[in-house]
Formats: sequence, C-alpha cells, structure tokens
Amino acid sequence: MPDGSDIVYSYDGSFEGLLCCVFESLEKREVPAEILLKDAPQGVLFPVKNIITDIHKYDRVLSAVTDKISFSALDFARHAFLTCLPQKERYILLFLRLGFQYGASVMDMLTDEVVNTLFKAVKHLKRESHLLKGFIRFSVNSNVLTAEIEPKNYVLPLLSRHFCGRYPEEHFLIYDRTHGMALVYRPYQSKIIPIEDFLLSEPDPEEQAYREMWQLFYNSIEVEGRHNPKCRISHMPKRYWKYMTEFQNKKNCLPKLCEPCLKD
Amino acid sequence: MDVFEKLKILTSAAKYDVACTSSGANKKAVPGGIGSASPWGICHSFAGDGRCISLLKLLMTNVCINDCKYCVNRCSNDVQRTFFTPRELADLTINFYRRNYIEGLFLSSGVINNADYTCEQMIETLRILREEYRFSGYIHAKAVPGADTALVAKLGMLADRISVNIELPSQRSLQLLAPDKPAESILTPMEFICHRIQENISDRKTFRHTPKFAPAGQSTQMIIGATPDTDYQILRLSHALYSKYRLKRVFYSAYIPVSSNTLLPPVGSKPPLLREHRLYQADWLLRFYGFSPGELLDKENPNFNPFIDPKCNWALNHMEFFPVEVNRASYQELLRVPGIGVTGAKRIISTRRTGVLNFDGLKKLGIVLKRARYFITCGGRTVEGLKCNQDEILKSLLSKRALSMYNQGLPLQPQPEQLSFFDEPLLSEGDNRKCLTGQI
Repeated sequence: MPDGSDIVYSYDGSFEGLLCCVFESLEKREVPAEILLKDAPQGVLFPVKNIITDIHKYDRVLSAVTDKISFSALDFARHAFLTCLPQKERYILLFLRLGFQYGASVMDMLTDEVVNTLFKAVKHLKRESHLLKGFIRFSVNSNVLTAEIEPKNYVLPLLSRHFCGRYPEEHFLIYDRTHGMALVYRPYQSKIIPIEDFLLSEPDPEEQAYREMWQLFYNSIEVEGRHNPKCRISHMPKRYWKYMTEFQNKKNCLPKLCEPCLKD
Repeated sequence: MDVFEKLKILTSAAKYDVACTSSGANKKAVPGGIGSASPWGICHSFAGDGRCISLLKLLMTNVCINDCKYCVNRCSNDVQRTFFTPRELADLTINFYRRNYIEGLFLSSGVINNADYTCEQMIETLRILREEYRFSGYIHAKAVPGADTALVAKLGMLADRISVNIELPSQRSLQLLAPDKPAESILTPMEFICHRIQENISDRKTFRHTPKFAPAGQSTQMIIGATPDTDYQILRLSHALYSKYRLKRVFYSAYIPVSSNTLLPPVGSKPPLLREHRLYQADWLLRFYGFSPGELLDKENPNFNPFIDPKCNWALNHMEFFPVEVNRASYQELLRVPGIGVTGAKRIISTRRTGVLNFDGLKKLGIVLKRARYFITCGGRTVEGLKCNQDEILKSLLSKRALSMYNQGLPLQPQPEQLSFFDEPLLSEGDNRKCLTGQI
C-alpha cells in the first residue's frame, strides 16, 4: 500500500464526501494520515487537502465497490459510517482499499486489524440499535408518540424502518439527544431532521395511568426468590435506564416537540 | 375492582411461567393496523431477577378448578381471585404496545368453570386484538389442558406461539402432585398442535396464502427440583419433545416453594438455580451443537456436575477426540471444543478461507482461548508455554465462584433437607479432582 501519510483530508461529513476521499486516495495513490470534518478545529501539522464532494466521483466509487468488492461490503461501509468509532473515516477508506485489493473475501478477513476494528464497531452499532428497538419508551401526548434516546452511535437510520413498519398509522417522533437529530413520522412518510429545541410538558392523566400500570407490571413480574441485579445490568446497561418509564418516578415530565416540527 | 388492582393480582399469578420470548414470527403491520414481529425477537426490559420482559405476561383469571400442589393458583390456596374481561385485556395490550413497552401478549389462564369456557374467553381476547385492532404483534397463548381440539385449533390460528406446560418431568410426579392433570391431557393437545403445524406448513406450500397456524411453533415448560427426577430423565424427555413433537423450546423453571406440602421442598428453601442453568446449557448443546442426551449423561452419572459445564465435562472425558486442528477441523468438530461456540465456529470457518489462523487471530475472532487452548492446535502447535497441571486447568475451566467453592470443599448449592434422599453422596476430594481434570 502506498504510504502517503503526511497528508490530511477534510470532507463535508457526508457518506458521498467520504467516497470522494476514497476516490482521491486511489487516484493520487496516497493514504491520508487522518480524515477530518471540514469545520473541525485542526491541530495537525500536515497539509490539509480539502476534498470537494462530487456526485460524479461518488457514483464511480459506488459502482466500483459493488462490482469489484460486493454489495455486503457497501452495506458494511455504510453501517460503519454510522458508528462512533474514532477515525472511522480513515478505517473505512483503508477497508475499501483492502477490498479493491482482495475482492469480496475482504469481508471474511476478520483477523486483519482494519477489518476487525470496523467489524467490532459495526457490531456495537447493531447491538445498540437492536437494544433500543426494545428500550425506547413512547409517551402519548395529543395522539402523538414521542420518545427520547441518548445513543453512542447514530442509530436513527437503523431504527427508522422498524418503527415505521410497526406503527404505520401513528404520528411519532424519536429524538436523538446525542446527535441533535430526530426521526419524525406521519402515516407513510418519515424523515430524519435536525432538532434543537425540545420542550417538556406534564403527562395527561391517561398517560400517567398507563405509566403507573407499566411500573406496577414491571415490579410485580419479578420473582423475588431469583433476584439478580448483576444479570439485569449485563442485559440492560444502566445508561439506557434514564429514559425508561419503569425507572422514572411520577414527577418526571414527558418530552413535547416544538411547534414547527409538528407542522413539517 | 379496577384494572390497576386486577393487573397487580394477575401479573403476580403469572410470573412463574418462564417463557417470555418473542422470536420465530416474521410479520409486518397491515395497513390500518398496528404491530409487527421480528424473527429474532426483541426484549423490552429486564426485571430485577435478570429475566427478559418481552411480552405482557398475564393470566386471564387466577380462578382455577385444579389443585396442583406446586402452583400458586391451586384452588385450595387462599388468595384473592379476579379476572380480566377480553375487552379490558385487549385495550391494555394495545395501549402498552403503542408506548413500546411490550412486544405482544402472553396469555395464560387458570381454568374457570371448565376448560372449554376458559379457552373460549382467551379466543375472544385474541379475536378483538387481531380483528378489531388489526394487531400483528406477537401473541403467545397457553392451550388449556382438556379443552376441545376445535378450540385449540382456533386459538392456534390467532396466536403466534402456542404452548402446553408439561410442568413435571415424569408421569409418577404428575400423579403425585397434579392429580387433576393426567399426562394424556397434556400430551394429547401437544400432539394435536404438532400435527396441525405440520399440516399447515404443507398446506402453505400448495396454497401460498393459507393463514398460518402458530407460525412461531410450540413450546413447553418443566419445573425443576420439585420432584426426585434426575437430570438424565429430564434431558431425555426434552430430547424426545424436540424430535417427536418438534417443539421450538423447552423451558426449565427452578421450583420456588409456594406451598407447604410434605411432598415438596419446604417454603423458604432456595430454588436450584445452578441446576436449572446446567440444564439450559445442555439444552443448547442438544439443539445447536449436535450432542445427544446419552453423550452428556448416563445411568451411572444421572446428574450434571455442579462445578463444571456439560460441554467441558464431555470434553474432559473424551480427550481422545482432542486436540482439534483449527485450520482443518469441520464445523461439527469445532463445535465440540470448549470455548468455541456457534458464532466462533462459523467465524473460524469463514476466516480461515482467507489465510492461516494463528492464536492471535483466534483471539480477535472472540474465541475464549482460556478454555479452548487445552483442546486445539494451530498449524500443529499448541499455545506457547501451555501448563498442563491440575491447578491451572481448574482455574481455566471453572467459573470463579465454582473454583472458590471447590477449593473450600463446599457443595455449590445447599440442598433443602427434605430432599436429602435424592442427594448423591458428596464426592471425596480425590474423586472430585479426578472427575474434573479427567484425562488431561
């Protein structure tokens, strides 16, 4: 692999932009030491090359990936892009370069450092999104379902299909506090949009009643003779508890979305 | 009585049912409806006992005409009785489901009036959910022993999974503790459901849109430690259920004393959780690892060794099978190695196509080398500096807790006194050591 690690790329933060970085790297036969976001503060001494997103180059890389590597490799790269892995951009670039070298079998090269690191990151992402499919709690407020999450990875794109398929006739919103984004759905239309404002309001009596019933159910279903808090924590890490109804006391408020988002 | 009170009573009455899985069905919401089911199931919470909460687990009523000695809801027990109407149950399910509290409903019931009437009430609940709310989420329903087969058939058309609990692992125990439930009343519906499922699968091949009958299959549950049955008997029964009735799951439930009866362990004695754990481990070995019950236990050793897991135990007693060469062994051979599971074996198979595997590579694949190193070679070599003395091996193969108990010469599970006539005499220190480290 050519060693050109005295250069740094900066890109616009989109997957399209990242594939343009891959294009640049292959064309110039260089591997950047780092790939940064355009507006990120730069503390590096290397010269920074600004990669402009060009949809034409993006298309070329995209079809090369599916032709020369595989569809599953493209899927894998897309998923890797959503993870919280530090320097994920550089790892994805290295992964795709490996892929162009070895073809479809790159997906099986789990002992390779790059593939292994990405593989673990993607596993983390998938596990988190799978857990959240269960742990998300909606509050019903004037017939709109709202929920709040604080994931490490950017899981909203993975949750979208599941929840849109599950509640086709509802209006709902899932707010991702970590990334400042929200998944908004109304019958047969969904969108992921940036959101900053998020107001809280008191639950109405009906909502409050169901919350209490759920808490009651949660507490009564435990078999006391088998109490095992360690087992619970390992299945359901504490960081998820914050937004779960069963662990909230009655005083807690429910999130209410701001007006402009409702009209969207 | 309001719904809140009823919920409290009927949840507490249902909690000894173990099954709370939502896997096996794959459905999408219908337009105008609500709910979906994913084949791998989703856990929505975990209770304080560490068990998954996936379904709204309720009894329709805790009124029961039977007097099974091990059950909280037996008619001779003095507890408050109540029942949910089908409408109340359906509304509660939908409201919990909308808030993403649950994946669906687990509906069981005591026998009120007679088995047929109980079954009809359950069918009405499911009908409201499926037809009025157009609910496509997961439903697990209990078939009431003794109900008419036409009703069981109807229930199966509405539910995703259907189950009949065996409860006790032998006919003798059943006669003793559940006099109102002859073994036939359990096995007959089981057989009927099995046939209906098979029939339905072949019907669907001919007519693609045939409505599905219990698409997530059937399951059952056994109580462990209430009767003198051995692990070997239990495991053979499970094996028979899996192969004969094609059950999806057999659940094991460590008996928690809920009544004082001379035939049962006393109230307050600890449930045999470790034994239950070993049975689940063996159950997995039967279903996913290609083991047969005879390989794990036999007439001379009818119970699992509490200190060591069944797979390790098998490996230690069959050292002639090892070491296995990781780069060449078949999938089935890899599965037999302690420290390599289903995921690990699959990864090894696909990764070794791209190059030779070494021990560092295995570590990256998530293989538990601490255990596996005694049983494998990589390119003909073992791990460098592998020590094969007894202490090292014990430290690697036993869990921390088991090791400390073992070193102090204590049994892992205190046995309730009333059960003492089932106990094996405790092994002497020398015997113990020999059976643990075996032929290494």
